[in-house]
Amino acid sequence: MAIDWFLLQPLALRAGFGGLLLLLVLGSLAAIILPRVQPGKWQDLAPRMTSWWLICGIVGAALLAGWQAFTLLFAYISFVALREFLTLAPTRREDRLVVLLVYLSVLISYWAIWINNYDYFLVIVPIYVFVGTAITMAFMGRTDGFLATVGIMHWGVIVCVYNLGHIAFLMRTPLAEVPQAGPAGLVFFLIFVTQFNDVAQYVWGKLLGRHKISPTVSPNKTWEGAIGGFLTTAAVFVALAPFFTPLSFYPSLFIGLTLPVLGFFGDITMSAIKRDLGVKDTSQLLPGHGGALDRLDSLMFTAPWYFHMLAIFALERF
Amino acid sequence: MLQLFRRLLLVGLVKPIAKLIIGVDVRGRRNLPIAGPAIIAANHNSHIDTLLLICLFPSASLRHVRPVAAADHFLQSPLSSWFSQKIVGILPIDRTGGAKRDVLAGCREALERDEILLLFPEGTRGEAEEMGNFKSGIARLAEQFPDTPIVPVYLQGAGRVLPRGARIPVPFTCSAIIGKPFRWSGDRRSFMQSLKSTIEALSSAAPPLRWL
Repeated sequence: MAIDWFLLQPLALRAGFGGLLLLLVLGSLAAIILPRVQPGKWQDLAPRMTSWWLICGIVGAALLAGWQAFTLLFAYISFVALREFLTLAPTRREDRLVVLLVYLSVLISYWAIWINNYDYFLVIVPIYVFVGTAITMAFMGRTDGFLATVGIMHWGVIVCVYNLGHIAFLMRTPLAEVPQAGPAGLVFFLIFVTQFNDVAQYVWGKLLGRHKISPTVSPNKTWEGAIGGFLTTAAVFVALAPFFTPLSFYPSLFIGLTLPVLGFFGDITMSAIKRDLGVKDTSQLLPGHGGALDRLDSLMFTAPWYFHMLAIFALERF
Repeated sequence: MLQLFRRLLLVGLVKPIAKLIIGVDVRGRRNLPIAGPAIIAANHNSHIDTLLLICLFPSASLRHVRPVAAADHFLQSPLSSWFSQKIVGILPIDRTGGAKRDVLAGCREALERDEILLLFPEGTRGEAEEMGNFKSGIARLAEQFPDTPIVPVYLQGAGRVLPRGARIPVPFTCSAIIGKPFRWSGDRRSFMQSLKSTIEALSSAAPPLRWL
């Protein structure tokens, strides 16, 4: 029964899940073998792989289950990311209720996705949550630290709710526009490429990394890792795009080259914020990765870019 | 029957709410005893603290876990009294009684039944996210049960979720840092000093708290 249902999914998506499973198995094998070959260099790989299995299982199941499950899952993921952000960022004692209001923006934004209203989604966070938090905070009456705090609230909502919400909205693309692998295929491809880029940069960096890009922000990032990662990801993107997206060759080349750069900057932006806040990881939610924000950092920048590039080059809906 | 209901409620409702909505980061889980007798000593900022501590335990050991809580606060109304004692499983302690009454008798009986006491040595929630002075009742208990492990726990964040006086809880990720168990040192003063300094030292493993 479950097998039949899985076989009804588009071929590319089934192949994608098969490939992902293969990568997970290879990664887990590497996590067993590499620490024995080079002791001390790979010890974070085993817990990292365990978390990868968990992430792929949950997100994969929601993708296959359809847009309803996926929207609910991403609403929760946005909430967890926002909670991590607001826990670490400085807030004032008076701001507890403003924080509650900011959490409410998760419900409102994902409600717009649920009713498939793109116009509402576009304005809720940048305009109405912006105005609403400012009004509430002014009403609370404490002025010292006002601008800094209202800015922090807004930064958190934009990256955790608005940017990530684009992923859930992509699931509402009409099937007729994406006959290749359906909306789930579009989303699968975005998440896969973004995370693949992180892994490719990590692996190239571990293998060849010499010259640090930004020692003050992210000492583990090297030019070798970044460029190796970009090129590998671009090649994978261009090769697989025809199976998952309606993109033609040149647009896919353009997105393939730019998407990993945005992913890289999402990653180091979050690193800069973590340094500013004085933490290494945003929480202990995912052993080997850190918190939800640590895992989502690159996706927060790639998701809107991928969404808009698809909208410009291929999709009529958005 | 009630015990089963209590466990279902804690495992099926209370723990998922605490973990999914509030969010708890645990460090040093291996230091936590899953069988009694033991005394868990934590700093206290909020009613949420008890919830966080209960969440640390696997469901099988929950029936041995007894939070020690103020009788004057939790036994005020019949409903609160029933809920606190039967569901949360608190051991009421009389904060008003003078020297003539033995306020620790309940705790001693619980330890003799091999239960796990959750104790807040500050004795009150105090200001949100600030640690107050420790009361010495825990030293008297430790002296009478010198073989019982005392497990220091530093809790962070509950004072933001639900500070004293607030009615609506607001989710913030909380941290629980569990230190290595230790035993009665032979002297009350040094015992209290080392307990407090241990919990303060554990706080350095928690993320920096920016609560302006």
